[in-house]
Amino acid sequence: MKRLYSSAREALQGLLRDGMTICAGGFGLCGIPERSIDAILESGVKGLTIISNNCGIDDVGLGKLLRAGRIAKMISSYVGENKEFERQYLAGELQLEFNPQGTLAERIRAGGAGISAFFTKTGVGTLVAEGKVHQEFDGETFIMERALRGDLAIIKGWKADEAGNLVFRKTARNFNRVMATAAAIRVAEVEEIVPVGAIDPDAVHLPGIYVKRLFCGAPYDKKIEFRTVRSAEA
Amino acid sequence: MGWTRDQIAARAAKELRDGYYVNLGIGIPTLVANNIPSGISVTLQSENGMLGIGPFPVEGHEDPDLINAGKQTISELPSSVYFGSEDSFAMIRGGHVDLTILGAMEVAENGDIANWIIPGKMIKGMGGAMDLVAGAKKIIVLMEHASKDGSPKFVETCSLPLTGAGVVDMVITDLGAFVRSSRSDPFRVAELASSVSLEELRSKTTASFLV
Repeated sequence: MKRLYSSAREALQGLLRDGMTICAGGFGLCGIPERSIDAILESGVKGLTIISNNCGIDDVGLGKLLRAGRIAKMISSYVGENKEFERQYLAGELQLEFNPQGTLAERIRAGGAGISAFFTKTGVGTLVAEGKVHQEFDGETFIMERALRGDLAIIKGWKADEAGNLVFRKTARNFNRVMATAAAIRVAEVEEIVPVGAIDPDAVHLPGIYVKRLFCGAPYDKKIEFRTVRSAEA
Repeated sequence: MGWTRDQIAARAAKELRDGYYVNLGIGIPTLVANNIPSGISVTLQSENGMLGIGPFPVEGHEDPDLINAGKQTISELPSSVYFGSEDSFAMIRGGHVDLTILGAMEVAENGDIANWIIPGKMIKGMGGAMDLVAGAKKIIVLMEHASKDGSPKFVETCSLPLTGAGVVDMVITDLGAFVRSSRSDPFRVAELASSVSLEELRSKTTASFLV
């Protein structure tokens, strides 16, 4: 079975179509699958539903697909820091489904784990609960949330071995691990591909069973959304 | 006169207990990290997937792979640990986070909180706020007592869509601190800010509270 590909374009070959649902890892600009996003932009597909915590910023990450008018619907938890998003939404050009961040993560986890729905206290008594099944357990009220899955997942890791066993780096793990479980086809980009055996099996964050197609996207020019520093101590 | 933003944060920091796992929101709550009392050790949780947030990095050591939930560059500590968003919210939803301190646009006298949307105007999303107020053991809100147009923010009933219903345990503003011992009790004044009288507090608050 072929798992290794030479580029995003090659890895996504034959997988893209108009109107599909794509799960994308990343939090803000941290750990975003930027090579796959660029290749999706280049492919010209449109009418996409994107499941992602955020939608990039104006000209970075998913913000590029948004600006090009390729996204029909976003399923997200937070889309601040993105003026074009607000403009398209208020103009009625873009559908939006807000989820509490943890509910979003758990809906995707459930989707990847064969759980069709779950109950949570998050959102009870808010707009999020409207129209949802309410159920009392042990004297407390919960709402039912349905699982989420996509047609394709695109994620970014730090390094992977040739069997697809993958390791993330610091807070770039975020939604990447769970997104990689919740779609029919999962494409991972990493900064380095190492031989089988080079990663301690106990240190793998994402087992290769979840990584259908893998490519190295290096070199990366990672962007920082808010650069905050302290002065060096004397 | 009242408290400055830093004094509000310092007042909130008095609520920290040794060994707490704490999530701090964006804005004034972030300043709590600079006011942790000596002799108290707390671990800060960042909902994007980290326990043990360190200070901002020294210039030149910023790492795009290491950010907090406000997307600011941070540093790690020897005790830090990383995990995915699904684990992060499992620990939040599962009640393992002792305290969350966050900002708000409105808090109501019954403990309702609104901080995520102004319909037709501010379209940003709730991020992790709804999960945090539903899951953390204790919720403290830090906010300016009045909004920019002077209207009270600690109110009888929230006018904005809620983030959580009846979940707030303590409110600290530039004018003072309000606390309640359980979520079925009313709030009472725990402390007045410097040079703030009870009359001033009453005149600028539409929530009812005990003294």
